[in-house]
Amino acid sequence: MTDHLVFMLQLVITGIAVGGVYSLIALGFVLIFKASSVVNFGPGELVLFGAYVSWATILNMRFPLPIALPLTLVIAIALGLIIERGVLRPLIGEPIISVIMVTFGVASVIRGFLNMTWGSDTRPFPVLFSQQPIHLGPVPVSPVHLWSFVVVMALLAGFSVFFRFSSTGMAMRATADNQQVALSLGVSVKWIFALSWCIATVVSALGGIILGSVRGGVDFSLADLGLKVFPVVILGGLDSVAGAIIGGILIGVLENLSGGYLDPILGGGVKEVAPFVALVIILMLRPYGFFGKPEIERV
Amino acid sequence: MKCGGFRVSYGSDERIFDTRLPIVGLLVLFAVLLFVPRVAGTYWLDVLNRIGIAVIGALGLNILVGYTGQISIGQAAFLAVGGYATAIFEAKAGLPFYLAIPAAALVTALFGLVFGIPSLRLKGLYLAIATLSAHFITTYGIVHWESMTNGVLGLNVPPAQIFGLALDSDARIFYLIFALVLPATLFTKNLFRTKVGRAFIAIRDRDVAASVMGVSLYRYKLLAFVVSSFYAGVAGGLMAHHSKILFPDAFTLLVAIDYLAMIIIGGMGSILGSIFGAVFMTLLPEVLKLGATSATGVYPNAFGLIASTRDIVFGLAVIFFLMYEPQGLARIWLRVKSYWTLWPYSY
Repeated sequence: MTDHLVFMLQLVITGIAVGGVYSLIALGFVLIFKASSVVNFGPGELVLFGAYVSWATILNMRFPLPIALPLTLVIAIALGLIIERGVLRPLIGEPIISVIMVTFGVASVIRGFLNMTWGSDTRPFPVLFSQQPIHLGPVPVSPVHLWSFVVVMALLAGFSVFFRFSSTGMAMRATADNQQVALSLGVSVKWIFALSWCIATVVSALGGIILGSVRGGVDFSLADLGLKVFPVVILGGLDSVAGAIIGGILIGVLENLSGGYLDPILGGGVKEVAPFVALVIILMLRPYGFFGKPEIERV
Repeated sequence: MKCGGFRVSYGSDERIFDTRLPIVGLLVLFAVLLFVPRVAGTYWLDVLNRIGIAVIGALGLNILVGYTGQISIGQAAFLAVGGYATAIFEAKAGLPFYLAIPAAALVTALFGLVFGIPSLRLKGLYLAIATLSAHFITTYGIVHWESMTNGVLGLNVPPAQIFGLALDSDARIFYLIFALVLPATLFTKNLFRTKVGRAFIAIRDRDVAASVMGVSLYRYKLLAFVVSSFYAGVAGGLMAHHSKILFPDAFTLLVAIDYLAMIIIGGMGSILGSIFGAVFMTLLPEVLKLGATSATGVYPNAFGLIASTRDIVFGLAVIFFLMYEPQGLARIWLRVKSYWTLWPYSY
């Protein structure tokens, strides 16, 4: 196999691995949107929150991993409940700009809180996986990427089963489909809203932990990665869980390939902007994304 | 004291000032502003200058978001284009500032036209996401178009010269800024008494209904972007002169969010609100700094906490206003005013 092909495959494989994390974060975003039509403009801060809390529990307070991880997730659930009950429920039915701005506000509070508690220095993240590259055929792959992909896929499979078969999952799908019908069938829509926020904070926290261990450290630039959720959900459709998963992986691969091939020509940073260029192109071609529901308006 | 509206003609209904008192008040304000640079120290002059720039930027954003209802998270990109265009016109093309700032504002308006094209097909949330990505693409362009913008190293802005007088001190820039704040405010006030302004408001309230009534969505949505980015271009040009050196870091997404917060906290679709919001958002970090200075005695690390406290207070303020006072400070002001108009017989 030629070097060129190996290079490309490597880009694709890391792209899939990182894209898997994007899928995970996008899943949370899509769940919130499906359930309550709220667009969370601070997905990055939820990721950051998970990464910092897990850093604090593992390295700062020195809890063993089996205690630290569940603790992180419990704290993430608490955060989700606080956001939903405290901030978003009073704003149900308000104009879209209010909802967008309030999520910016929440994100700002989370960022300020993290900064105040733990400072903005880069924190070394606990090494959860070995550093030795594994060879998949001729392509060297770092175990972190491989494991993150496995974990993400397991989580996504778990969520698919949850939505498909559990009664809570079905209630969530019913709420997303039609709130009034769901209400009349005895689904507590309020509880579903809260639940969707909790799932979102939990998957974002997991995404933060995985991203933290992939990058070997956490700092505030992790929040910028969270914004990649927008290209993902536009590609996949704002209200499609399957779309979010496929979109995440596609965007991960796209940014890695464009970074690998265009960076030498354009001088760096292409990786950060390529997903957004893709986003604009998709929006111009298909205004509601690939799988999104077009809105039909009547006067 | 009048206690009711007795308007018998359209002229009197459309009048900006109902009574003479606000005119007198404004004239007094102008007179005070003329003398401010003589009394204010450099610190407060700097704060006032930033308030002035923010007022122009917030007015522009309010025209687009508050009056036309087109959500834009791209204000920082507009400011950046205005600032960089001004700096490039002056440093590379050698234009004097009184030509460079309008030219840069026109460039920004043109840029806003392109920025606004997605608004023809998208609205609400999708438009917000489109402007968000346009922000990232613009800042990428500014960082990487190094031959023009000097990239992350920063671009020096020569001091503005007029009739051989260099506007190099805060006091002189103060006059420049406020000489532009006043016409910007007046223009906005008048804009919404014209056909164009009313078309904007009709689009905000219900775009489909507006188009049924004969408002060309195509024309007026783009026009809103053009007008709004013209303001942002002027504000960006003033920013260039105020900071004297431009870095791409000065135009992050957080700046765009700050401007959105200004019009939310101040009051959407309100000129007074734009001003209140600009003052609030500029003073917030300064007040925290003052607080930190007095707190250092008790807690020596107080200065290190300013940035994070600002984030928290900012977020809480946005949340508070959206939940309890969606029409912002402008509404509070009106309430206070109407209470005192009828005092002590209000009930």
